[in-house]
Amino acid sequence: MTRYTSATDADREEMLATIGVSSVQELFADIPNRLRLNRQLALGDGLSEPEVFEEFRALAARNVSSDDEISFLGAGMYDHYVPALIDSIIMRSEFLTPYTPYQPEISQGGLQAMFEYQTAISELTGLPVSNASVYEGPSAVAAAGYVAKHTNNRRRFVVSRGVHPHSRETLRTHAHAWEMEVSEAPLDAGATQLPELSDEVSAVIVQQPNFLGAVEDLASIAQSAHAAGALVIAACDPLPLALLKTPAECGVDIVVGEGQSLGNRLDFGGPSFGFFAATEALMRRMPGRIAGETVDVDGKRGFVLTLQTREQHIRREKATSNICTAQALNALAGVIYLSWLGRRGVVELVELMLQRTAYARERLTAIAGVTQLHEKPVVREFAVELGAPVGAVIARCREQGVNPGYPLWRDYPEHADGLLVAITERRTKADIDRLADVLGGAVSAEREAVGVST
Amino acid sequence: MIAQADDTLTIYERSKAGRRAFVVPALDVPPRSIDELLPAALRRAEPARLPEVAEPEIVRHYNRLSKRNFDLDTGFYPLGSCTMKHNPKLHERIAALPGHARMHPLQDPSAAQGALELMWRLQEALGEIAGLPHVSLQPSAGSQGELAGVLLTRAYHEDRGQHRTKVLTPDTAHGTNPATVTMGGYDVVKVVSDAHGNVDLDDLRAKADEDVACLMLTNPSTLGLFETGIEEIERIVHGVGATLYYDGANLNAIMGISRPGDMGFDIVHFNLHKSFTQPHGGGGPGAGPVAVSERIEPYLPRPQVVRRESSTNGKEPFYDLDYDRPKSIGRLRGFQGNYGVFVRSYAYIRSLGAPGLRDASETAVLNANYLLARLRREGVMEYLPAAYDRLCMHEFVLSGEPMRRQLQVKTLDLAKRLLDHGVHPPTVYFPLIVEEALMVEPTETETKETLDHFAEIVAEILREAREDPSVAQHAPYTTPVRRLDEARAARRPVVRQAMNGN
Repeated sequence: MTRYTSATDADREEMLATIGVSSVQELFADIPNRLRLNRQLALGDGLSEPEVFEEFRALAARNVSSDDEISFLGAGMYDHYVPALIDSIIMRSEFLTPYTPYQPEISQGGLQAMFEYQTAISELTGLPVSNASVYEGPSAVAAAGYVAKHTNNRRRFVVSRGVHPHSRETLRTHAHAWEMEVSEAPLDAGATQLPELSDEVSAVIVQQPNFLGAVEDLASIAQSAHAAGALVIAACDPLPLALLKTPAECGVDIVVGEGQSLGNRLDFGGPSFGFFAATEALMRRMPGRIAGETVDVDGKRGFVLTLQTREQHIRREKATSNICTAQALNALAGVIYLSWLGRRGVVELVELMLQRTAYARERLTAIAGVTQLHEKPVVREFAVELGAPVGAVIARCREQGVNPGYPLWRDYPEHADGLLVAITERRTKADIDRLADVLGGAVSAEREAVGVST
Repeated sequence: MIAQADDTLTIYERSKAGRRAFVVPALDVPPRSIDELLPAALRRAEPARLPEVAEPEIVRHYNRLSKRNFDLDTGFYPLGSCTMKHNPKLHERIAALPGHARMHPLQDPSAAQGALELMWRLQEALGEIAGLPHVSLQPSAGSQGELAGVLLTRAYHEDRGQHRTKVLTPDTAHGTNPATVTMGGYDVVKVVSDAHGNVDLDDLRAKADEDVACLMLTNPSTLGLFETGIEEIERIVHGVGATLYYDGANLNAIMGISRPGDMGFDIVHFNLHKSFTQPHGGGGPGAGPVAVSERIEPYLPRPQVVRRESSTNGKEPFYDLDYDRPKSIGRLRGFQGNYGVFVRSYAYIRSLGAPGLRDASETAVLNANYLLARLRREGVMEYLPAAYDRLCMHEFVLSGEPMRRQLQVKTLDLAKRLLDHGVHPPTVYFPLIVEEALMVEPTETETKETLDHFAEIVAEILREAREDPSVAQHAPYTTPVRRLDEARAARRPVVRQAMNGN
C-alpha cells in the first residue's frame, strides 16, 4: 500500500477470492514470462511527503527566478503580475481535477468558462470563432498552417522572419511531413517585406508585434496575400491587441498566439495555452474543442462541446486535427485575467507598458554605442544593438542582479550583438533606470576591453 | 417566492459600465502622447468588449460555475482510458514554489540548473520505466507525443533513403492514432481484432509490407487486454523494417511489471496526466514525453536536455540544452515543454519509488478485476456482459447491447442515470468494435468500498430499468441541467456571447 492507495491485506484477500484467483500475480498471466521485468525498477524507494517537499524546494533554490533578479526577459513569455484571485479560483478541485467535459450535464461550469473564454478571444482578435484553446503558441502556428493546407491544397508557406523562431521551426517540423515548403520573407528596417507571391502560396504567416517588437502593417500584408489567393495567419501577442487594430479589421483569416501573458505563470515555459480564432468560413476546419450554447430538454440554457464531427474521436483519420484535450485550466486563467482587467483596464495596462517601453527605449539608446535595431512603433518589447559583445554584457549585468533581456545571436546571426528587452507592468521606472545604469556600465566596460573609444 | 438568481448568466451578462477589478499601477515615466507612440492608423477603433465587474463578483461568478462541475476530488470517476487517479495535493504546493513557477524559459542554463536537473532526472526515470534509453519531454500532450512518434518514424526511414507510405493501426485504436497518422503525412491501414480481442495476426501479416512505416499499438489494448501475441507482432513489424510505436495511454497497468522497450517497441509516449497524476484541469494541461531506442535517438526533437560531466574532478555536472542535433525532426512547440507538469510527475515518481509504482499498477489491475467480478452477477451480466470473457488489466469493456435489446435502455441512458447517483460514468461508445461499449477504469486510488458501491448502483439502475425503462431513458434529473440538445448546438453554432453595440 502507498499513501495514495487503500487496499489492505484483508481487502486484497477478499478481492482476490471474489475474482477467483489466488494471487495478484495471476492477474498478469497474459504477460509472457520473457517480457516480465524480474527486478525492481532502478528508481529507488519512495519518499515521505516532507522529504519530497524538501527535495523539490532544493531544486527550486538552484534556479534564478524572476523574483531573484530584475528581469527584462520576454521573447514569447512575459513576467506579468498574476492576480491572486486566479490562484484561488483555478486551485478549486472542481476546475483542477475533472476530465474533458464529455458529460455536459455535470460539466456546465467548465463548458461555460470555455464559452466565456472564446468570447474574450473573439473580442481581442475581432474574429467570430475561437476554439477552447490549443497547446501553446508555436504549435498553434503549425495548426493554423494545417487548416490552410486543407483549405486550398497549395504547397508553400511564406513565413516572415519576424515570426518567433520557435514558431518558424515548429512550422518546418510539421510542413516537412505534409511535403510542403516553407520560405522566409525577410525583415527590412524591422518590418516584414513580402516577396512576390505565386499561386503556390497556401498561407502567409506573420507575427504581431513581431519578434523584434515592431508593430507590423498587417492590413497591407493581408491585402497582398489575398491578392495571391493565399490565407493570412497572424501569430499575435494578446495584450497588445487591446490597443492595436484588430487582425480581423486588417483582413487576417486565422489568429493564433501564446496565451501565457494572460494570467498564467512562467513555469519555465509551460503549461500555458495557445489561442486559435478564425473567420466563420473556416469554423468547420478548426482544430480542438469548441463550446457552444444550447438548451436542455426543459428549455434551460446550457453549454456543450460542439462541432465535434471535426474531431479525432469521431472522424478519426479524416479529422481536422489530432488534438484532443485543450489547455482548459490555463485558458480558464486567461478568461479570469481578462475579466479582472476588464474593458478599460486592459487598455490602461497596455498604455502603461507602451509608455514605460518608450521610456526604456529612449534610456537605453542614449547609452554610447547602443542603437535601435529598428525604429518601428513598439508596445512592450524592443530590440537594440549593443555595439559590444552581448554575452559578456549580459554576464556583467547579471552579476549586478539585472537580467537585461534575450540575446539575438542564436536566432538572428545578422544581429550578433542584438538584445531584445521586454517591459511588463512589473518593471517600474526605477527598474528601468537601474537597467540603463547597469547596461551602460557593462557596454562601456566591454567597449573599453576591445578598444573602442567612447 | 422570489425567483432564484439566474445561475447561467455569463460574466459578460454580469457586466455593468463603470465597474472594475483592476487598478493600473501609477504612470511613473514622463508621459508621451499615445498618438506619437502608436499612430492612430495602427490602433483599433473600439475597445474589446471585456466584462466590467469588480473582484467580489468575479470570484462569486467562477465559484458558482465551479459548483456546476463534477470533479475527481468529489467522487468516483471511472472514465476508461483516462486514468483518473488521485492528484496529490503536495504537487500543487511544490509546483507553485517561485523557483519553479517564476522561472523564465529563456533563462540562461547556468541560472536554471535546478530545473534542467529535474528534467534530466525525469527523463532518466521515464526511460527506465519504458525500458528505452532516450527521452524527450517536449511534446505537450499525448496527441503531440503521438505526432512526435510518427515524425520520428518518418525521419528514421528517410535517413535510410526509404519512402514509406502507410501506418498500421488496430481497429481498437484511440481516434488520435489515425488522426495523427494523417497529420504525419501517412495513409492509415486498419488491422482487425480477433475473437479474443487481440490483434489478428493473419490480418497483420497480410497488411505488413515494405510500404509500412510503423504499427501504432496500445498495450494493454483499449479493450483492457494484454496483447498476448506481442512477441509475434514485434517479429512481423520489424521483419518488414517498420517501427513499433507504443501509445502509453494504458501504461498504468504495467509500471514496474513489464516494459514496452523489452517488448520490442521503438517509441513510447507517456501521458503524464494519466499515469503520473498531472491534474486533468477540465481538459488540459497535460504532457506527452516520448522514450525511444538507440536507433531513433538521433531524430529526437530539439533542444534536448543533457548532462555534461565536468572534466575537472569533483566538480558538479552541468545540465544544458543541446541544440546541436543535425538529424533532429526539429521543434514540436516553443521552449522546453510543460515544465509545471514535469515537476508534479517527477514528485509522484519520487513519492512512490520503484515499489510504489509497481504497487500502483498491481492495485489498478486488482481493482479493475474486482469490479469486473462484482458486475458478473445475476441481474447485471445478462444485460451488461464483458465484451471479452478474460481477466482484464487496469480497465475492462462491457457491452450494453443486450440491455438495449431487452430493456430498450442504451449505454448512453445508463451513463446519464449514473449521474443521478453521483458518479461519473465510464467512457461510452468506445472502443468502436464493441456494441454499446462501456469502458470502466477504476484506478488504484479507489477503495474497495467505492467499487462495491458502484457495482450496487449499476445493479440498482438495471433493476429500475426492468420495471420502468423510461426512468433511465430520460435521466438525468438531479444535475444542474438535463440532457442537452447537441444537434441544435451543431446546426446553429453559438460559440460566443452576443453583445449589443458598444
